[in-house]
Amino acid sequence: MSENVEKYIKRKVYKSTSSRIAQKFVDAGLEKIRACINCGTCTGSCPSGRRTAYRTRSAIRRALTGDESVLKDIDIWLCSTCYYCYERCPRDIPVTDMIIKLRNIAVEEGYILDSHFGLANDIFYATGHGVPATGENNKKWRDLRESYGLPPLPPTVHSYPEAVKECQELMNAVGFRKLLDNAAKLKEERAQAAKKDKEE
Amino acid sequence: MVKENTFAFFLGCLMPNRYPAIEKSTKFVMQKLGYEILDMERATCCPAPGVFRSFNKGDWMVAAARNLCIAEKLDSDILTVCNGCFGTLQEVNKHLKENKEHRELVNEKLKLIGNYEFRGTIDVRHVAEVLGYEVGPWGIEDVIIRKVNARAVIHYGCHFLKPTRIREIESSEGPTIIEEFVEALGIESVRFKEQLTCCGAGGGVKAYDGTASMRIFGEKMKNIDEVKPDFILDICPFCHLQYETGQDYLNKNKSCNYDYPVIHLSQLTAYCMGMDQEFIGLQYQLMGREYIFGGEEKEEEVI
Repeated sequence: MSENVEKYIKRKVYKSTSSRIAQKFVDAGLEKIRACINCGTCTGSCPSGRRTAYRTRSAIRRALTGDESVLKDIDIWLCSTCYYCYERCPRDIPVTDMIIKLRNIAVEEGYILDSHFGLANDIFYATGHGVPATGENNKKWRDLRESYGLPPLPPTVHSYPEAVKECQELMNAVGFRKLLDNAAKLKEERAQAAKKDKEE
Repeated sequence: MVKENTFAFFLGCLMPNRYPAIEKSTKFVMQKLGYEILDMERATCCPAPGVFRSFNKGDWMVAAARNLCIAEKLDSDILTVCNGCFGTLQEVNKHLKENKEHRELVNEKLKLIGNYEFRGTIDVRHVAEVLGYEVGPWGIEDVIIRKVNARAVIHYGCHFLKPTRIREIESSEGPTIIEEFVEALGIESVRFKEQLTCCGAGGGVKAYDGTASMRIFGEKMKNIDEVKPDFILDICPFCHLQYETGQDYLNKNKSCNYDYPVIHLSQLTAYCMGMDQEFIGLQYQLMGREYIFGGEEKEEEVI
């Protein structure tokens, strides 16, 4: 990239894209978003956007211009991270990474979907796997493994209970546990407030 | 120095816990080709590049680095059979090799649980790339005992090739690596409309909004049905799951009548290298249970 373009995207004052969320993008090393020309190639390439209300360009634009309602817009969870937008962006912006960052900010502020919370908390944190083979419900999968001459449980964390604890320690240390607890707490508070509003 | 012709086999979640036939086939293929396959003991979920990275990218990176360290201790490159695992591990491995600041941050956290340090000594490989480029169609021809004469549609999935500037395998808009490889196995690969788009499972979409996921998938299936292949060939257990459960869903809810067998590249290659059809495991899958590979045994050359 030419030096001037580099200077252009790193310059400090650019009012329309200097919202709180825009700053978070910049802090995460995604300052390249300032080179966006709003061409909409990301939206046009999106297989999810074609069949749902999710619009890539619009979601990022809203984030940059300070429309914080985008964080609670469940449409941002319809990106399947297929990377077409990232591949085709004429300005070389890592668009998918922007959506991921937007989701990271949403989770930080308590906008986590129930199904994802369950996956993170009850499955990944509890077992170390995203799709486990432990538990009574999964016996048929262990039997299937055995029928192929494989051990009923793979030699992953599944075979080493102490490794599950080790991973939980690691997830506690990096703040993942806290992130989930905080998201759950904020979510609960919002639900209570909404309930109160309704009663009044 | 990483050991030659040796792989630390990263299992992930879906393959060992739902499709053990793919695990069995991959081991069979790689060992027959002369590779040593090592278990990655105590490995976790990669963690998935869609849903887990969406919570916090930093945490995702640390959890992935722990898995990478397990392979580093074995002095072996990682072999994955899943686009998701490949996406996570390849990206984090490459990023931490290049970014000193993040490497130090990650190592600080890893130190807290004991003997883990990311050193950046290994590479992460996908079985499709090892078979397609390293073994190659030229190399597989000598070791297969039979060919499957069939028409198949190939589903590349997303994270195997994209983003191209990180994966650096080949163009994501017109790849041919798998087509060329399976041609040597007797497969005629059939192009179909929008072949390279997503199956609709990734990014946490399947977990959160099954209907949206099925809308993306339904169109995919419609396009596949137009060319009437013998089976669907994939290189990712998550796409595999989507094609299996998705067809079932469409049959039950959208009055479709699909029964296309879904076959992973490892399963197909294992069959051609002599593994019994019984171990390919179609009878335990949801779709195409009755399907039996056609084709013929390769004739011995008479000298």
